[in-house]
Amino acid sequence: MTLTRRTLASFLALFSLPLAWVLLLLVVPYAIMISVGFWTRQFPLFHPDFQFGNYVQIFSDPQYTTVIVRTLKIATFVTLGAVILGYPLAYFLVFTVRSAALRNLLYMSVIVPLWVSYLLRAYTWKIILGTDGALNSLLVSTGIVDAPLDIFLYNQTAMVITLVYIFVPFMVMPLFTVLDNIPRRLIEASEDLGVGPFMTFWKVIFPLSLGGVIAGATMTFCLAFGDFVAPVLVGGPNGTMVANLLQTQFGTALNWPLGSALATVVLALVLVLLQLSMRLDRAGRVDLA
Amino acid sequence: MTSKSIVALEGVAKTYGAFTALHPTDLAIAEGEFVTLLGPSGCGKTTTLRLIGGFEQASAGRISISGQDVTERAPYHRPVNTVFQDYALFPNMSVSDNIGYGLSVKSNNVPKAERAKRVGEAVTLVGLEGMAHRRPGELSGGQRQRVAMARAIVRRPRVLLLDEPLSALDVKLREGMQVELKRLHRELGITFLMVTHDQTEALALSDRIVVMNQGRISQIGSPIELYDNPANPYVADFIGGANLVPAELIGRDGDTAAFRIGNGMVVRSRRATAMREPGRRITLGIRPERFVAATSGATNSLECVIRESLFHGDRLRLELGLDGITMPLFAELPRTAVSSPSGVEPGSHITLLVDPDDVMVFNAKEDQE
Repeated sequence: MTLTRRTLASFLALFSLPLAWVLLLLVVPYAIMISVGFWTRQFPLFHPDFQFGNYVQIFSDPQYTTVIVRTLKIATFVTLGAVILGYPLAYFLVFTVRSAALRNLLYMSVIVPLWVSYLLRAYTWKIILGTDGALNSLLVSTGIVDAPLDIFLYNQTAMVITLVYIFVPFMVMPLFTVLDNIPRRLIEASEDLGVGPFMTFWKVIFPLSLGGVIAGATMTFCLAFGDFVAPVLVGGPNGTMVANLLQTQFGTALNWPLGSALATVVLALVLVLLQLSMRLDRAGRVDLA
Repeated sequence: MTSKSIVALEGVAKTYGAFTALHPTDLAIAEGEFVTLLGPSGCGKTTTLRLIGGFEQASAGRISISGQDVTERAPYHRPVNTVFQDYALFPNMSVSDNIGYGLSVKSNNVPKAERAKRVGEAVTLVGLEGMAHRRPGELSGGQRQRVAMARAIVRRPRVLLLDEPLSALDVKLREGMQVELKRLHRELGITFLMVTHDQTEALALSDRIVVMNQGRISQIGSPIELYDNPANPYVADFIGGANLVPAELIGRDGDTAAFRIGNGMVVRSRRATAMREPGRRITLGIRPERFVAATSGATNSLECVIRESLFHGDRLRLELGLDGITMPLFAELPRTAVSSPSGVEPGSHITLLVDPDDVMVFNAKEDQE
């Protein structure tokens, strides 16, 4: 009896703080968010209620579905872009760079931008792509175009470029780790069996690095999906993403119930994605030992 | 190099910066031979194997396999296959996919039906029936070893390279796999080149052993040649073990030469027929198992003090002290040679005799290259 009580006491002493943290900062806010999603709005007040009007509005009004689909599309392109840029970079760092010092330096140069303000990094692309920007200056000075073009900035492509730039470290990090963990002996074994570098990549290295691709893609997708800065800075009139919509509902539109319902939809989408990525990762996981 | 040799190294060397892993080396391996590269870690044996496999680029010299210069060729363009020390099985593939991997790539041009047949044959040959669909992670060490063997031989290489193939297995399994290796070598008829640091493995399996030391070949010969006539103290000690005692030639009587060791005792040998000049410094080598227990006063007998005795089942291993010599001697005696356990207690005296035919004579260390 005493033992049990002592165990319980020490258990509480050890875990009460993290438990309180999880309860107060995760469980309670989510519960509030989900329940507010069922409330009604009678401007300028919100009334506790249980009705699905907000959800009906989200899924029937094309304004919302368009933005959700657009956000999914942009996040997908950002993820693809990050894989296409990040994979070769990680591969190069792991397999081509021989000197450990140079490898660490290059890897750090991938990570260091994360220490720079996010806003600043997003803003950089405004400077590069703008009408008076670096890209236009280059094109004009080399005589490729006569006058600065305004086609680079304020569109979805600019958003994808900016977001890829911002989130590519989250793709490179897991890929670097996973590629670095592939035993070199496996590559030697493949070549020993008469298989050249290209097929060795496709049949050995790439399958064994899929875990990193999935991890990186999941992070990049979720981060891009929830972004609201790039649309404001470099996105045009067609650049609104789900997070901007949410911001508006809690701000100028002053419709917290609708905003909460929208946030619940976003949460559900992200949870589905995480579940999917975990399944994929588990199916593809192999014992490297 | 004769035209018969399947692998030929001519002046092959490998340096890493200032470190020389392999000094210029010549080596010829005949078709169908089972050759072992033997030596302690860092002796250059693995470097030699990796140079032949193509995983390292030679710093100098020429490597040819079945008459073709492969020095500059990538591993995937060499007619050899390797069994890696840690097996290096592809964890994302089943046993049969691992074995068929080397046949599955287009450039190898093996039709699908033929591929399946050969994989099946290889699976049977190494005794892995019923395991074909398992992943490497679901196999025991011995089974992985067999997959690695099957994967390497399914492409019918001219030479099979084995990098410490048995070192990851426990003792019992290792003995079983030694028999398997020998059987596979006989049945396949291809050349085996194995790297090992285990002299018993080398003695048991090889047609010829290449003993290596500090990036050079110390001696090449059949197991019996190396055991009976080691070229230098290093080989004598590494193969079979030997007591190495510095000594000085004091004279000879016919074919028997007499040597004085550090404490003034005289040891005779019939294996130094060419040595004439008294006073010459040499090293004597006596294998521990060549000692016999004797009564004191017999010729070529040594009066020793037992420092330690270890029971090895059928025999006893004794650590012995000789007056005036700090280095201990080792002797292995059949258990029946000692009448009572008290006779071999530490501190007791024993007289050991060695036949002059069994006393090896080497030039003293400073005379060697």
